[in-house]
Amino acid sequence: MADPLIRFREVTKEFSRPDGVGTFTAVDRLSFAIEKGEIVAVLGKTGCGKSTMFNLLAGLIEPTSGKVDVAGHDPFSEFNAFRGKMGIVFQNDRLMPWRTALDNVVLGLEILDAKRAEAEIVARRWLARLGLSGNENDYPHALSGGMRQRVSIARAFAVEPDILLCDEPFSSLDEMTARDLRAEFVRLVKQAGKTAVFITHHINEAMDVGDRIMVFHRPARIAYEARMDAASREGSGRQAIQDEILKVLSLETGEGMPAAPVV
Amino acid sequence: MTLNPRLRQFLQAVASMFVLLAAWQIASFFFPYYLFPPVQDIVVRTVRILVNWPELKQVLETAMRIFIGLAGAFLLGSLLAIPIGRYPKLESYITPFLVFLQGIPALSWVIIAIIWFHGTEFRIAFIMIITTLPAFTFQVLDSYRSMSKDLFEMTMSFRPSAWTLFRVLIVPTILPGILTAWKINLGNAARVVVVAELVGATGGVGYELLRQQQLFDMAGALAWTIQLVLFVLVVQQVIVWVENWLLRYRPVSERAA
Repeated sequence: MADPLIRFREVTKEFSRPDGVGTFTAVDRLSFAIEKGEIVAVLGKTGCGKSTMFNLLAGLIEPTSGKVDVAGHDPFSEFNAFRGKMGIVFQNDRLMPWRTALDNVVLGLEILDAKRAEAEIVARRWLARLGLSGNENDYPHALSGGMRQRVSIARAFAVEPDILLCDEPFSSLDEMTARDLRAEFVRLVKQAGKTAVFITHHINEAMDVGDRIMVFHRPARIAYEARMDAASREGSGRQAIQDEILKVLSLETGEGMPAAPVV
Repeated sequence: MTLNPRLRQFLQAVASMFVLLAAWQIASFFFPYYLFPPVQDIVVRTVRILVNWPELKQVLETAMRIFIGLAGAFLLGSLLAIPIGRYPKLESYITPFLVFLQGIPALSWVIIAIIWFHGTEFRIAFIMIITTLPAFTFQVLDSYRSMSKDLFEMTMSFRPSAWTLFRVLIVPTILPGILTAWKINLGNAARVVVVAELVGATGGVGYELLRQQQLFDMAGALAWTIQLVLFVLVVQQVIVWVENWLLRYRPVSERAA
């Protein structure tokens, strides 16, 4: 069997406390592997360390101990080895307000030194795929929340990354828009054969998107894992997994777990 | 009928200027010429400066000194502000120095410059730069610090080079602050340049003002002063146009008037 594309080996991340006295552990000896082409949904309560794991994976922070391995490289120490290899969709759209929708999608390609004319063709194609033809020259303030998030998805896909990292990308949208975008996202990832890590705190969203679900307990460690196949996405199979996730989450004290309505 | 807000603002400004001019004209009937010359004399002198090349050259000389001073202070201020923004530890060393500079009056700098340096232009450039440097540094630093952490992370996720990061994120982020800094410092620079020229130059609006004082010519003094005011107003309007063009991405309600 081929090596996994992403592997965490006993990864721990500690931060200094805000008062400067001592440290707190956000991620504790976390280990997991993700195969190429898999969509893994990471689920957990607020503050359980999902975003820290996300930042470790993106190479934005360095682990205190352990090893993060993505396609044979360390995303932090070999930061530049991942130019164009990772696309990130954040919780909020993070569009540059001074750039039009088209220029926002062009951004990643521009950073990767693509020729302007070619970058524009790619960006226009992605905007069209996400239903934004005609909005290319609009500035973000003129777009709705859903449209802005579509632009940010287009921006992530436009660089043709091998890996997509999504940090609660649809949590700020209304349920109808989120549902449409979720379906669109899964279709695009599968079509392009990408690998995706999808962080969410909505159980149903995790079950709709993921080929596999990992439930985190604080400090980030896997408390439950389930593989989603055709049988487990519907009916009693789905219900059983949902019940199990709820049970696992209820074992942890902390903030409540918002569950998206079943749609 | 409802007036366009901009037209109404303009008419209000014209009305207040008209009241000021009328009050001056009335005063000219009761006071000696050297205190309150009639408005028409001031207007004639003002226009004469504008159409008379040797005199207009003096105004342009002052304008050039203001630009050189502001450009120098802006460049140095940015060179100081961006490292301070990136490495906050530097702030503890550089900020007290800038605050100290800010506390020194422009006139003291004029005296220091006259003692230190020989060339007139160098003296004036030094005074202009040193007096506007702290404000430029603090304003650029504030803009840099207001950079969105979210946008920084998003941009970094594409792994840009330092130059690309500067070009695609830092410059657009600090641009509104830079334009505001130019607008504010323009007025300061116009005041400082007059002091510098008054004491240490042989040309320019400040030097001409000194001559009018020696001749006891109020109309001339006002006419030269108006040149400077007109210059500041014109340049500020140009900056507003540039600002509205560069920041056209902002909703109309957030743009400069």
